[in-house]
Amino acid sequence: MDSYEKLKTARKNGRPTGGAYIREIFEFPIELHGDRRYGEDLAIMAGLAYLEKRPVTFIAMEKGTDLQSRVARNFGCPKPEGYRKALRLMKQAEKFHRPVICFVDTLGAYPGADAEERGQGQAIAESIMEMMGLRTPVISVVIGEGGSGGALALASANKVFILEHAVYSVISPEGCASILWKESTTENVAKAADCLHITAQDMKNFGVAEDIVTEDFEHFPKMCKELRRQLVFAVDELSGMTEKQLLAQRYERFRRFGIFAERAN
Amino acid sequence: MGFINDFAQKVKETVAGGTQVQKVTCKKCGHEDSAYKLIENYYICPECGYHFRLGAKERLDLVCDKNSFHELFTGLTSIDFLHFPGYYEKLEKARKTTGEEDAVTCGIATIAGNEFAVFVMDSKFIMASMGSVVGEKITRLFEYATEHKMPVVGFTASGGARMQEGVISLMQMAKVSGAVKNHSNAGLLYITVLTDPTTGGVTASFAMQGDIILSEPAALIGFAGRRVVEQTTKSQLPDNFQSAEFLLEHGFVDAIVPRRELRDTLAELLHMHKRSV
Repeated sequence: MDSYEKLKTARKNGRPTGGAYIREIFEFPIELHGDRRYGEDLAIMAGLAYLEKRPVTFIAMEKGTDLQSRVARNFGCPKPEGYRKALRLMKQAEKFHRPVICFVDTLGAYPGADAEERGQGQAIAESIMEMMGLRTPVISVVIGEGGSGGALALASANKVFILEHAVYSVISPEGCASILWKESTTENVAKAADCLHITAQDMKNFGVAEDIVTEDFEHFPKMCKELRRQLVFAVDELSGMTEKQLLAQRYERFRRFGIFAERAN
Repeated sequence: MGFINDFAQKVKETVAGGTQVQKVTCKKCGHEDSAYKLIENYYICPECGYHFRLGAKERLDLVCDKNSFHELFTGLTSIDFLHFPGYYEKLEKARKTTGEEDAVTCGIATIAGNEFAVFVMDSKFIMASMGSVVGEKITRLFEYATEHKMPVVGFTASGGARMQEGVISLMQMAKVSGAVKNHSNAGLLYITVLTDPTTGGVTASFAMQGDIILSEPAALIGFAGRRVVEQTTKSQLPDNFQSAEFLLEHGFVDAIVPRRELRDTLAELLHMHKRSV
């Protein structure tokens, strides 16, 4: 598959969405709602559950599974209240020493006038900054689309996994194509997808993701069982660290990103 | 003064030529005035109050004590590591027209004797988009400031993340945020001054992470671009949408500070946070 085919695959209707992973991977999930400031954002589904007997906080972007739920969930494009709900529950997880597991799947943060009025940029900025200092393990799994800052707001984690045909990008290939070539024709979008290097394999190469998760939607429970095993392994590894080590690991993880030339002074 | 943007280049030639008659046109109201007069007026249009965009050196000249600025982390340059269409040429052109290595200048300086670490983004350099170099320099500045227990003042301007560096540019948002968080945890002050335009990934990271967030009047500040918002919302947006005044009204900016008051305001804020006070 080339980058463009991957992009289409990552967005395909019928691909399992956030909620499906929550139900399959965790036991006794209890959903918790609202940001306590403005409202409830259904684009983000969050709450508490057990990961093989370990209490965890889960936070998942949910695109919806049919037209009605897609509309209700704003096609998985969170608004500021969604990010603020996520952050509220992350801070709660920190208080009760629970690991946080995020599932990322969004075209991007919602770019509507209401989202701007309520500080979309500020909500994402705060989420990223607080995640960088969160004193509890955080693991993110990119299950479909990792769309720009709106995705990073739930992926400033100790470890990031990405599904085999998921994508992660700084800008949507459509947006990129329209900036570069004025028109986002299929051909231009495909070219942009290629230039941007958005595939799971690219993420592994850059170190943006630690591991690639093999997809097998025909046998979804089996696939999730394997993903659960990976999550348990990662949670246990991170839980064995001191707070200081945990924070240092996360800081170093992001500190190393950057490709540039440096002249000796 | 080291001038770097197009407008200032004109001014430089004017002043050097001693003519002082060169006219500059305000892009907002069309008012014509002598370049010399504009400099005297802090690069503000005397007619409509439009704040001309500034290069890093002009900004530092306006704000810092004379000769107090000491630049840090020079010698870092961007690489076209994805072989992205047109990036190499864009970099070459930006370096030539601005005389800068990339879109941010970092260093230490004083305002009215108050020492601080400073970064200034320059929208003339590929719209001050944030790639590896911008992210790295600002991260180093925060690490330096944390180590030396110094406040940071950041002048933001940006079109967002630098897409020509793909996902690596996105990662800069978390990298810088981590350094800001450590600086904050150390009990140190971070003031952001949002200047026209501050958008995208920079708004969604360190621009909005200041303890105190100031803005220049009428600066464009937002996350998504206006056109995208219009298409999404399918309605006409108010004229002041995503302006500094709009953000103030909605509670996302502490204060709008006109340029001629900026130096004094920063001096006071820095002084109030001095630990020995």
